[in-house]
Amino acid sequence: MSWVGARVPRTEDARLLRGRGRFADDVTAPGQLWARVVRSPVAHGRLRSVDAAAAARSPGVTAVLTAACLPAGLAIPVRLALQGIDLSSYLQPVLAAGVVRYVGEPVAVVVADDPYAAEDGAELVDVDIDELPATLDAKLASAADAPRLFAAGNVAADFTLGYGDTDAAFAAAAHVSEIEIQIGRHTGVPLEPRALLAVPRWAGGGPDRDGGLDIYGMTKVPVFNRDVLARMLAVPAGRIRAHAVDAGGGFGVRGEFYPEDFLIPWLAVTLRRPVKWAEDRAEHLVAVNHSRQQSLTLAAAFEADGRILALRADVLHDNGAYCRTHGITVPELTVAMLPGPYRVPAYAGRIRVVLTNKTPCGTYRAPGRFEGTTAREQLLDVAADQLGIDRVELRMRNLLRSSELPHRRALSTLGTDVVLDAGDYQGLLATAMAEADRLGLASQARLPPGPDRSRGVGVAMFLEKSGLGPQETADIELDETGAIRVLAGGTSLGQGIQTVLAQIAAEALRARVTQVASEILEAAEDDLVLDHGTVSVRGDPESRITFGAAAAAASPPGLRARGRFDVSHMTYPYGAHVAVVEVDHGTGQVRVLRYLVAYEVGRAVNPALVEDQLRGGVAQGIGGALLEELRYDEAGQPQATTFIEYRMPTAVEVPPVDVLVCEQAPAPGNPLGVRGAGEGGISAAGAAVACAVRDALGLAGGVGALPLTPARVRGLAESATGSSPANRAGSQVRPASYEESR
Amino acid sequence: MKPAPFRYHLAGTVPEAVSMLAELGEDAKILAGGQSLVPMMTLRLARPSDLVDITRISGLSYLRAGLDGLRIGALTTHRMVETTRDPAVLAGFGVLARAARWIGHYPIRARGTFGGSIAHADATSEWCLLAVLLDAQVVLAGPGATPRERTVPAAEFFCGLFTTAAEPAEMITEIWFPRPSRSAALAEFAPRQGDFAVVAAAASVDIDSRERGAACRSVRVVVGGVGSVPFVVDTGAVAGLPASASTWREVGELAASQIDPPEYADGDAAYRRRLTATLVARALDEASRQ
Repeated sequence: MSWVGARVPRTEDARLLRGRGRFADDVTAPGQLWARVVRSPVAHGRLRSVDAAAAARSPGVTAVLTAACLPAGLAIPVRLALQGIDLSSYLQPVLAAGVVRYVGEPVAVVVADDPYAAEDGAELVDVDIDELPATLDAKLASAADAPRLFAAGNVAADFTLGYGDTDAAFAAAAHVSEIEIQIGRHTGVPLEPRALLAVPRWAGGGPDRDGGLDIYGMTKVPVFNRDVLARMLAVPAGRIRAHAVDAGGGFGVRGEFYPEDFLIPWLAVTLRRPVKWAEDRAEHLVAVNHSRQQSLTLAAAFEADGRILALRADVLHDNGAYCRTHGITVPELTVAMLPGPYRVPAYAGRIRVVLTNKTPCGTYRAPGRFEGTTAREQLLDVAADQLGIDRVELRMRNLLRSSELPHRRALSTLGTDVVLDAGDYQGLLATAMAEADRLGLASQARLPPGPDRSRGVGVAMFLEKSGLGPQETADIELDETGAIRVLAGGTSLGQGIQTVLAQIAAEALRARVTQVASEILEAAEDDLVLDHGTVSVRGDPESRITFGAAAAAASPPGLRARGRFDVSHMTYPYGAHVAVVEVDHGTGQVRVLRYLVAYEVGRAVNPALVEDQLRGGVAQGIGGALLEELRYDEAGQPQATTFIEYRMPTAVEVPPVDVLVCEQAPAPGNPLGVRGAGEGGISAAGAAVACAVRDALGLAGGVGALPLTPARVRGLAESATGSSPANRAGSQVRPASYEESR
Repeated sequence: MKPAPFRYHLAGTVPEAVSMLAELGEDAKILAGGQSLVPMMTLRLARPSDLVDITRISGLSYLRAGLDGLRIGALTTHRMVETTRDPAVLAGFGVLARAARWIGHYPIRARGTFGGSIAHADATSEWCLLAVLLDAQVVLAGPGATPRERTVPAAEFFCGLFTTAAEPAEMITEIWFPRPSRSAALAEFAPRQGDFAVVAAAASVDIDSRERGAACRSVRVVVGGVGSVPFVVDTGAVAGLPASASTWREVGELAASQIDPPEYADGDAAYRRRLTATLVARALDEASRQ
């Protein structure tokens, strides 16, 4: 049996399911203090003063610190610098000084004996702010005469990626289709919000700067965060130990370097006491990176037969109040990945990154692809209807053929050239449609809907990206006791990396152990059987050796190896989503009845984990498509600050999700052939659901905006002409004419 | 999300609870199921000086159906209403058991209480709407040397946004539904299962089925989510109209024309108006089938 490819149960689960996980808030230190961050209550204003006197007198409060207490000029640096764009004018200070730019921006921090006293004290910090008008609309903010949030202006980046002569292509086109779509403001919501414990280490007689610091809770990119912290604290990185602990998901937002990631360690060093901070959910929803909010205008030029000649995109990215660690990653990926798996001879994608008085943005699972795929697939459905071509068939005609791969696009993203490596996009779509048919999705869509309801089907094709470490070093060791250790830099965010690394290590070790044992036992490798830490000779059970003994016999004793992997190009997984929805025209509610994801992952190290990654992604994607939205009122007050308003889907809203994991096209760029599996469940969920709603309502244009809230859908239902539910019975889903297109 | 400091008191009897409330003043609050109060406290939206815990008072958890209607003890959980199999309750008050499923999630229904929901007076609350629809009486105990009791009709009990006719030192002991209503239903819309309703409509119909085609004698409609208290719709002259979908739609439109819904995050006022028309018609339809 091969370990790679096996449905091995998660080794993490025995511990986690028994309640033996150790999450950041579970870690405590004797004598620890609790920090509570005081946040700006207004969206924009001049910070006149922060009066800590009353808070400092509050029972249990040890210290209250403001920007004046911090070293001057500290800002959160960009982790991913791209396209040579300088964002230094837009970085977030650790604590606001002078100006506050969003509700939730840290202005002070209270440290107390317990979290209750800290919160009581935080209420007493008197923050005096001269309110300024809030800028909340990216379009208005991008105008030349808009009030400036920063001296450098409100547009942090304005650039175009693309290739070919789009003007000529549009001029020569037989048909042009256009859509506009707004993607709502969403965020990742891990089970455990952010939490940190910083413990100063004792050197000599007491805790001090020279003794160093232990930090618990930096789970995602601990090495990078440690280095940033060391620079900001001006101590050698070796004095700081960042301990990754269990995390209830990360989703891109958790584990980045935030103001608190400096504040808490700095407080611990300054106060010479362990300091703990556990973000609560109301804080999380205004403080952690937001994501997604974009306004996309797309136009495609077609030949009369539906072939794409060119694509234009104009994307306005609402980045909130500052540029944080991800810089322009999300907007850059949106534009760079927008042509997707299609043959697009000419392309121009403009992006403007605009600052507004809202929580700053970063990545969230499938950054840029959720947004871009939603827009592009809506455009293709609108175009197909206008051209009178079946929606799936239009995709078939435009998907790159296997013979056209590798396909190089003259643009770059994440510092790499875009080279679509290998695969069979048409084959995948045909497989997905056949599977949808086999599972009865199409027939379910055609069943008569309930009264005042209609059904629709959405099909969306997407291209993902993965595999850019860009480097990793791993060690493996089999010691003389038979224990095996694997050391790697990736962190466990709940995705099962521990299980998967064990599977890969088992596969690699088997060959090496067999080789060593074969020399010791003087038997052919083919005759050896490995079982429970012992190698024996088939048919001669007395002739055996334990792994530990084999390791001890090696010269020098112990089997160990180090591997390093560097990669300069990404891998590009791809897939298709099919959604069946029912729309209640009376309430505007959309119910997702069935869902299918077909995803080419190259090679699934553990298919069960891949399937669950995809199902989880679909659930999050349905949230973004239908329910979740971080709204603001006209004064810039966030309207979604609890789970009552930030509506993540529950088990009731998520339908059964069928998953087809394909392993037809191993990635050429790595020895395992893996393509990545974490984002394929969410990438096209907005697109498939939006396309299905559009189908159910019989819209001529696009849906206009995500999430498709009941009020929005009811408005669309009323505006749709000829969309009386009685006249609609779901669109045609059939295996498209794949063979013809080849 | 840690509550502001408060003092905790455990009451063993109703007289003890109301005398504590009288002594502690109007910043004291009763703790029953805690499903609304506690979240509001952790968000510091509610800052009671004192909590009087009534959960250990015995004899306040019951559903009793008899000749004088249905009496529900203040500490009866939503779940008890939802799962009751008492034929006397189901015969005349089945709408309560059917509507309970709309309340929150299972853990909320298992802890939240009928009296707490009435006292909280959320205008979208299923119990508040049904109390008004079915002319329930709220039974209140007050402090004094000889503890006094009074009843307030539900229609007068809800005075404004989260505000009731109960005095600060009074507590609800029982909700009395004097009049059975077999043909009643509640329809509501929430974005997700368990969310607060955007709009909820409770309706009862009285149909004369002796006539050919069945005609309405009267209908009653109460709508939540469109104002600070449950809104009683003036259904006009429906007597004699056919008990049919077109009548229900007409009453729905009538309801929509009478309301002045607020702008909330859930959707604009126009959406709430359309939702009201839809849900009133659906509630009437369901009620007519009971």
